[in-house]
Amino acid sequence: MTLAADWLNVITIIGAGCVTLLARASFIVLPSDTPVPGWLNRALKFVGAAVLPALILPDVMFRELAAGESVNVYRIIAALIAAGVAWRTRNIFATIGAGMAVLWLLKLWGPI
Amino acid sequence: MTILIATGFHVQTRQHAYRQGAKDAFPSIIGLIPFGLIVGTASTAAGMDPWLALAMSIIVFAGASQLAAIGLMVQSAPMLIVLTTVLVVNLRFVMYSASLAPFFRELPLGRRWLLSYGLTDHLFALVNARFQRDGSHQHVDAYYMGGAIPTWAVWNVMVAIGIFAGTLVPKQWSLDFAIPLVFLALVFPALTTRSHWVTAGVAATAAYFTAALPMKLGLIAAALVGVAIGTLLDQRDERRALEAR
Repeated sequence: MTLAADWLNVITIIGAGCVTLLARASFIVLPSDTPVPGWLNRALKFVGAAVLPALILPDVMFRELAAGESVNVYRIIAALIAAGVAWRTRNIFATIGAGMAVLWLLKLWGPI
Repeated sequence: MTILIATGFHVQTRQHAYRQGAKDAFPSIIGLIPFGLIVGTASTAAGMDPWLALAMSIIVFAGASQLAAIGLMVQSAPMLIVLTTVLVVNLRFVMYSASLAPFFRELPLGRRWLLSYGLTDHLFALVNARFQRDGSHQHVDAYYMGGAIPTWAVWNVMVAIGIFAGTLVPKQWSLDFAIPLVFLALVFPALTTRSHWVTAGVAATAAYFTAALPMKLGLIAAALVGVAIGTLLDQRDERRALEAR
Protein backbone atom coordinates (compact mmCIF):
# COMPACT_ATOMS: atom_id res chain seq x y z
CA MET A 1 0.00 0.00 0.00
CA THR A 2 2.40 2.67 -1.18
CA LEU A 3 1.25 6.23 -1.60
CA ALA A 4 2.35 7.06 -5.13
CA ALA A 5 3.48 10.38 -6.54
CA ASP A 6 0.35 10.87 -8.66
CA TRP A 7 -1.03 14.30 -9.50
CA LEU A 8 -3.64 14.30 -6.71
CA ASN A 9 -0.99 13.70 -4.04
CA VAL A 10 1.30 16.30 -5.58
CA ILE A 11 -1.50 18.88 -5.47
CA THR A 12 -2.28 17.91 -1.86
CA ILE A 13 1.34 18.52 -0.90
CA ILE A 14 1.46 21.88 -2.65
CA GLY A 15 -1.81 22.80 -0.91
CA ALA A 16 -0.33 21.74 2.44
CA GLY A 17 2.66 24.00 1.73
CA CYS A 18 0.33 26.91 0.93
CA VAL A 19 -1.76 26.65 4.13
CA THR A 20 1.41 26.27 6.21
CA LEU A 21 2.93 29.36 4.60
CA LEU A 22 -0.31 31.30 5.18
CA ALA A 23 -0.25 30.40 8.89
CA ARG A 24 3.40 31.45 9.18
CA ALA A 25 3.02 34.64 7.16
CA SER A 26 -0.36 35.76 8.58
CA PHE A 27 0.49 38.67 10.87
CA ILE A 28 3.99 39.18 9.41
CA VAL A 29 2.57 40.18 6.01
CA LEU A 30 -0.61 41.89 7.24
CA PRO A 31 -0.44 45.70 7.40
CA SER A 32 1.45 46.68 10.54
CA ASP A 33 -0.52 47.20 13.74
CA THR A 34 -3.27 44.72 12.76
CA PRO A 35 -4.51 43.72 16.22
CA VAL A 36 -4.88 40.04 17.17
CA PRO A 37 -8.60 39.51 17.95
CA GLY A 38 -9.21 38.47 21.57
CA TRP A 39 -11.17 35.31 20.72
CA LEU A 40 -8.42 34.15 18.33
CA ASN A 41 -5.75 34.68 20.95
CA ARG A 42 -7.78 32.68 23.46
CA ALA A 43 -8.56 29.82 21.07
CA LEU A 44 -4.94 29.54 19.85
CA LYS A 45 -3.78 28.82 23.40
CA PHE A 46 -5.70 25.52 23.32
CA VAL A 47 -4.85 24.28 19.83
CA GLY A 48 -1.90 22.11 20.92
CA ALA A 49 -3.76 20.57 23.86
CA ALA A 50 -6.70 19.62 21.60
CA VAL A 51 -5.01 18.58 18.34
CA LEU A 52 -2.28 16.33 19.73
CA PRO A 53 -4.57 13.93 21.67
CA ALA A 54 -6.93 13.86 18.66
CA LEU A 55 -3.96 12.83 16.47
CA ILE A 56 -2.59 10.28 18.93
CA LEU A 57 -5.74 8.34 19.84
CA PRO A 58 -6.77 6.79 16.49
CA ASP A 59 -3.15 5.99 15.55
CA VAL A 60 -2.69 4.09 18.81
CA MET A 61 -6.05 2.35 19.11
CA PHE A 62 -7.23 1.53 15.61
CA ARG A 63 -4.13 0.76 13.51
CA GLU A 64 -2.77 -2.67 12.52
CA LEU A 65 -5.80 -4.46 13.99
CA ALA A 66 -5.63 -8.25 13.98
CA ALA A 67 -8.71 -10.16 12.81
CA GLY A 68 -11.45 -9.91 15.44
CA GLU A 69 -9.65 -7.17 17.39
CA SER A 70 -11.63 -3.97 18.03
CA VAL A 71 -8.68 -2.03 19.52
CA ASN A 72 -4.92 -2.63 19.27
CA VAL A 73 -4.06 -3.72 22.81
CA TYR A 74 -0.28 -3.88 22.24
CA ARG A 75 -0.15 -0.33 20.90
CA ILE A 76 -2.30 0.94 23.79
CA ILE A 77 0.04 -0.65 26.39
CA ALA A 78 3.12 0.67 24.58
CA ALA A 79 1.60 4.17 24.34
CA LEU A 80 0.67 4.24 28.04
CA ILE A 81 4.23 3.36 29.04
CA ALA A 82 5.61 5.89 26.55
CA ALA A 83 3.24 8.51 28.01
CA GLY A 84 4.73 7.84 31.44
CA VAL A 85 8.23 8.30 30.02
CA ALA A 86 7.17 11.49 28.20
CA TRP A 87 5.63 12.84 31.39
CA ARG A 88 8.75 12.08 33.48
CA THR A 89 11.52 12.98 31.04
CA ARG A 90 9.93 15.46 28.60
CA ASN A 91 12.33 13.87 26.11
CA ILE A 92 11.13 13.04 22.62
CA PHE A 93 13.76 10.35 21.96
CA ALA A 94 13.30 8.58 25.29
CA THR A 95 9.56 8.54 24.56
CA ILE A 96 9.99 7.03 21.09
CA GLY A 97 12.58 4.54 22.38
CA ALA A 98 10.35 3.34 25.22
CA GLY A 99 7.21 3.07 23.07
CA MET A 100 8.91 1.19 20.22
CA ALA A 101 10.76 -1.15 22.61
CA VAL A 102 7.56 -2.12 24.45
CA LEU A 103 5.69 -2.65 21.17
CA TRP A 104 8.45 -4.86 19.76
CA LEU A 105 8.65 -6.92 22.96
CA LEU A 106 4.89 -7.45 22.98
CA LYS A 107 4.85 -8.39 19.29
CA LEU A 108 7.67 -10.88 19.82
CA TRP A 109 6.51 -12.53 23.04
CA GLY A 110 2.99 -11.28 23.72
CA PRO A 111 0.06 -13.70 24.09
CA ILE A 112 -2.01 -12.35 21.19
CA MET B 1 16.00 22.51 25.50
CA THR B 2 16.95 25.65 27.39
CA ILE B 3 18.05 28.70 25.48
CA LEU B 4 20.52 30.82 27.41
CA ILE B 5 21.10 34.20 25.88
CA ALA B 6 22.50 37.41 27.30
CA THR B 7 20.27 40.42 26.84
CA GLY B 8 21.50 43.83 25.77
CA PHE B 9 22.60 42.39 22.45
CA HIS B 10 24.27 44.69 19.92
CA VAL B 11 24.79 44.00 16.25
CA GLN B 12 27.36 46.06 14.41
CA THR B 13 27.19 44.76 10.84
CA ARG B 14 24.90 42.52 8.78
CA GLN B 15 27.76 40.04 8.48
CA HIS B 16 28.00 39.90 12.24
CA ALA B 17 24.22 39.47 12.54
CA TYR B 18 24.23 36.49 10.13
CA ARG B 19 27.00 34.81 12.07
CA GLN B 20 25.34 35.48 15.42
CA GLY B 21 22.07 34.00 14.15
CA ALA B 22 23.82 30.84 12.98
CA LYS B 23 25.68 30.57 16.27
CA ASP B 24 22.55 30.96 18.39
CA ALA B 25 20.61 28.45 16.27
CA PHE B 26 23.39 25.83 16.45
CA PRO B 27 22.18 23.90 19.54
CA SER B 28 18.63 23.59 18.21
CA ILE B 29 19.95 22.49 14.80
CA ILE B 30 21.84 19.63 16.48
CA GLY B 31 18.59 18.74 18.24
CA LEU B 32 16.79 18.64 14.87
CA ILE B 33 19.04 15.93 13.44
CA PRO B 34 17.41 12.88 15.09
CA PHE B 35 13.92 14.37 14.71
CA GLY B 36 14.46 14.89 10.96
CA LEU B 37 15.66 11.29 10.65
CA ILE B 38 12.54 10.05 12.46
CA VAL B 39 10.15 12.12 10.31
CA GLY B 40 11.83 10.82 7.16
CA THR B 41 11.86 7.19 8.28
CA ALA B 42 8.25 7.32 9.47
CA SER B 43 7.15 8.82 6.13
CA THR B 44 8.30 5.86 4.08
CA ALA B 45 7.45 3.36 6.84
CA ALA B 46 3.85 4.64 6.70
CA GLY B 47 3.82 3.89 2.98
CA MET B 48 4.66 7.14 1.21
CA ASP B 49 6.60 7.33 -2.05
CA PRO B 50 10.17 8.49 -1.14
CA TRP B 51 10.29 11.33 -3.67
CA LEU B 52 6.84 12.53 -2.65
CA ALA B 53 7.93 12.51 1.01
CA LEU B 54 11.04 14.54 0.16
CA ALA B 55 9.03 17.07 -1.88
CA MET B 56 6.66 17.42 1.05
CA SER B 57 9.48 18.09 3.48
CA ILE B 58 10.83 20.89 1.29
CA ILE B 59 7.44 22.43 0.43
CA VAL B 60 5.78 22.20 3.85
CA PHE B 61 8.90 22.36 6.10
CA ALA B 62 7.00 21.62 9.35
CA GLY B 63 7.65 18.18 10.88
CA ALA B 64 4.56 17.57 13.03
CA SER B 65 2.14 18.58 10.28
CA GLN B 66 4.03 16.46 7.74
CA LEU B 67 3.49 13.41 9.96
CA ALA B 68 -0.19 14.26 10.47
CA ALA B 69 -0.72 14.70 6.71
CA ILE B 70 1.06 11.46 5.85
CA GLY B 71 -1.08 9.52 8.34
CA LEU B 72 -4.22 10.79 6.61
CA MET B 73 -2.95 10.52 3.03
CA VAL B 74 -2.00 6.84 3.33
CA GLN B 75 -5.56 6.19 4.49
CA SER B 76 -6.82 8.07 1.38
CA ALA B 77 -8.55 10.88 3.26
CA PRO B 78 -9.96 13.61 0.97
CA MET B 79 -7.66 16.53 0.16
CA LEU B 80 -9.81 19.06 2.04
CA ILE B 81 -9.49 17.02 5.25
CA VAL B 82 -5.71 16.73 4.84
CA LEU B 83 -5.32 20.48 4.26
CA THR B 84 -7.58 21.41 7.19
CA THR B 85 -5.59 19.11 9.46
CA VAL B 86 -2.29 20.63 8.32
CA LEU B 87 -3.68 24.10 8.98
CA VAL B 88 -4.90 23.13 12.46
CA VAL B 89 -1.57 21.51 13.42
CA ASN B 90 0.25 24.63 12.21
CA LEU B 91 -2.02 27.21 13.85
CA ARG B 92 0.66 27.85 16.47
CA PHE B 93 2.61 29.64 13.73
CA VAL B 94 -0.16 32.28 13.68
CA MET B 95 0.76 33.02 17.29
CA TYR B 96 4.47 33.26 16.43
CA SER B 97 3.67 35.39 13.40
CA ALA B 98 1.72 37.89 15.50
CA SER B 99 4.57 38.01 17.99
CA LEU B 100 7.32 38.53 15.38
CA ALA B 101 5.41 40.98 13.14
CA PRO B 102 6.69 44.10 14.95
CA PHE B 103 10.32 43.07 14.33
CA PHE B 104 9.85 42.78 10.56
CA ARG B 105 7.62 45.83 10.10
CA GLU B 106 10.13 47.92 8.13
CA LEU B 107 11.09 45.16 5.67
CA PRO B 108 9.73 44.94 2.09
CA LEU B 109 6.74 42.63 1.62
CA GLY B 110 8.59 40.06 -0.51
CA ARG B 111 11.25 39.64 2.13
CA ARG B 112 8.59 39.19 4.81
CA TRP B 113 7.07 36.27 2.82
CA LEU B 114 10.52 34.69 2.50
CA LEU B 115 11.21 35.03 6.23
CA SER B 116 7.78 33.54 6.97
CA TYR B 117 8.57 30.38 5.01
CA GLY B 118 11.58 29.73 7.25
CA LEU B 119 9.75 30.29 10.54
CA THR B 120 10.24 27.53 13.15
CA ASP B 121 9.53 27.16 16.87
CA HIS B 122 13.20 27.75 17.69
CA LEU B 123 13.71 30.81 15.48
CA PHE B 124 10.67 32.40 17.03
CA ALA B 125 12.16 31.84 20.49
CA LEU B 126 15.61 33.14 19.44
CA VAL B 127 14.40 36.40 17.89
CA ASN B 128 12.20 37.08 20.89
CA ALA B 129 15.12 36.50 23.23
CA ARG B 130 17.68 38.53 21.25
CA PHE B 131 15.74 41.61 20.21
CA GLN B 132 13.63 43.99 22.25
CA ARG B 133 10.19 44.64 20.86
CA ASP B 134 10.44 48.42 21.18
CA GLY B 135 14.22 48.65 20.75
CA SER B 136 16.31 48.65 17.58
CA HIS B 137 15.48 46.02 14.98
CA GLN B 138 18.54 46.70 12.88
CA HIS B 139 19.69 43.61 10.97
CA VAL B 140 17.03 41.44 12.60
CA ASP B 141 16.37 39.85 9.20
CA ALA B 142 20.06 39.03 8.74
CA TYR B 143 20.16 37.46 12.21
CA TYR B 144 17.03 35.48 11.38
CA MET B 145 18.37 34.26 8.03
CA GLY B 146 21.65 33.28 9.67
CA GLY B 147 19.68 30.84 11.80
CA ALA B 148 17.05 29.89 9.21
CA ILE B 149 19.34 28.81 6.33
CA PRO B 150 21.32 26.14 8.23
CA THR B 151 18.13 25.01 10.01
CA TRP B 152 16.40 24.51 6.66
CA ALA B 153 19.35 22.75 5.04
CA VAL B 154 20.10 20.37 7.92
CA TRP B 155 16.41 19.53 8.39
CA ASN B 156 15.85 18.55 4.77
CA VAL B 157 19.09 16.58 4.48
CA MET B 158 18.17 14.62 7.62
CA VAL B 159 14.64 13.96 6.37
CA ALA B 160 16.11 12.75 3.05
CA ILE B 161 18.49 10.35 4.82
CA GLY B 162 15.59 9.10 6.96
CA ILE B 163 13.36 8.60 3.93
CA PHE B 164 15.82 6.39 2.12
CA ALA B 165 16.68 4.53 5.34
CA GLY B 166 12.93 3.99 5.84
CA THR B 167 12.64 2.16 2.52
CA LEU B 168 15.01 -0.52 3.92
CA VAL B 169 12.98 -1.15 7.10
CA PRO B 170 10.57 -4.11 7.01
CA LYS B 171 6.90 -3.31 7.63
CA GLN B 172 6.74 -5.74 10.60
CA TRP B 173 8.83 -3.29 12.61
CA SER B 174 5.78 -0.98 12.81
CA LEU B 175 7.98 2.11 12.60
CA ASP B 176 4.87 4.15 11.74
CA PHE B 177 4.12 3.87 15.48
CA ALA B 178 6.83 6.52 15.93
CA ILE B 179 4.31 9.07 14.61
CA PRO B 180 1.89 8.98 17.58
CA LEU B 181 4.91 8.66 19.91
CA VAL B 182 6.28 11.97 18.58
CA PHE B 183 2.91 13.61 19.30
CA LEU B 184 2.84 11.99 22.75
CA ALA B 185 6.18 13.62 23.61
CA LEU B 186 4.88 16.99 22.40
CA VAL B 187 1.58 16.93 24.28
CA PHE B 188 2.75 17.20 27.90
CA PRO B 189 4.59 20.53 27.53
CA ALA B 190 1.32 21.89 26.03
CA LEU B 191 -0.68 20.97 29.16
CA THR B 192 0.14 23.96 31.35
CA THR B 193 -3.14 24.58 33.23
CA ARG B 194 -6.17 22.63 34.41
CA SER B 195 -8.15 23.99 31.44
CA HIS B 196 -5.51 22.54 29.10
CA TRP B 197 -5.80 19.11 30.73
CA VAL B 198 -9.58 19.20 30.40
CA THR B 199 -9.19 20.27 26.76
CA ALA B 200 -6.91 17.30 26.09
CA GLY B 201 -9.25 14.86 27.84
CA VAL B 202 -12.29 16.12 25.95
CA ALA B 203 -10.45 16.03 22.60
CA ALA B 204 -9.22 12.46 23.23
CA THR B 205 -12.72 11.29 24.19
CA ALA B 206 -14.21 13.01 21.14
CA ALA B 207 -11.52 11.41 18.96
CA TYR B 208 -12.54 7.97 20.26
CA PHE B 209 -16.20 8.46 19.42
CA THR B 210 -15.59 10.16 16.05
CA ALA B 211 -12.93 7.68 14.85
CA ALA B 212 -15.45 5.88 12.65
CA LEU B 213 -16.68 9.05 10.92
CA PRO B 214 -16.32 8.95 7.14
CA MET B 215 -13.43 10.69 5.36
CA LYS B 216 -11.32 10.84 8.54
CA LEU B 217 -13.39 13.81 9.70
CA GLY B 218 -12.94 12.69 13.31
CA LEU B 219 -9.65 14.47 13.88
CA ILE B 220 -10.96 17.89 12.93
CA ALA B 221 -14.23 17.36 14.83
CA ALA B 222 -12.37 16.30 17.99
CA ALA B 223 -9.90 19.17 17.76
CA LEU B 224 -12.71 21.71 17.33
CA VAL B 225 -14.63 20.33 20.32
CA GLY B 226 -11.46 20.48 22.44
CA VAL B 227 -10.59 24.06 21.45
CA ALA B 228 -14.19 25.18 22.08
CA ILE B 229 -14.19 23.67 25.59
CA GLY B 230 -10.77 25.15 26.40
CA THR B 231 -11.82 28.60 25.19
CA LEU B 232 -15.03 28.53 27.28
CA LEU B 233 -13.16 27.38 30.41
CA ASP B 234 -10.56 30.10 29.92
CA GLN B 235 -13.25 32.74 29.55
CA ARG B 236 -14.99 31.50 32.69
CA ASP B 237 -11.73 31.51 34.70
CA GLU B 238 -10.99 35.05 33.62
CA ARG B 239 -14.48 36.23 34.58
CA ARG B 240 -14.16 34.58 38.00
CA ALA B 241 -10.76 36.16 38.57
CA LEU B 242 -12.23 39.58 37.77
CA GLU B 243 -15.21 39.05 40.10
CA ALA B 244 -12.98 37.89 42.95
CA ARG B 245 -11.02 41.11 42.84
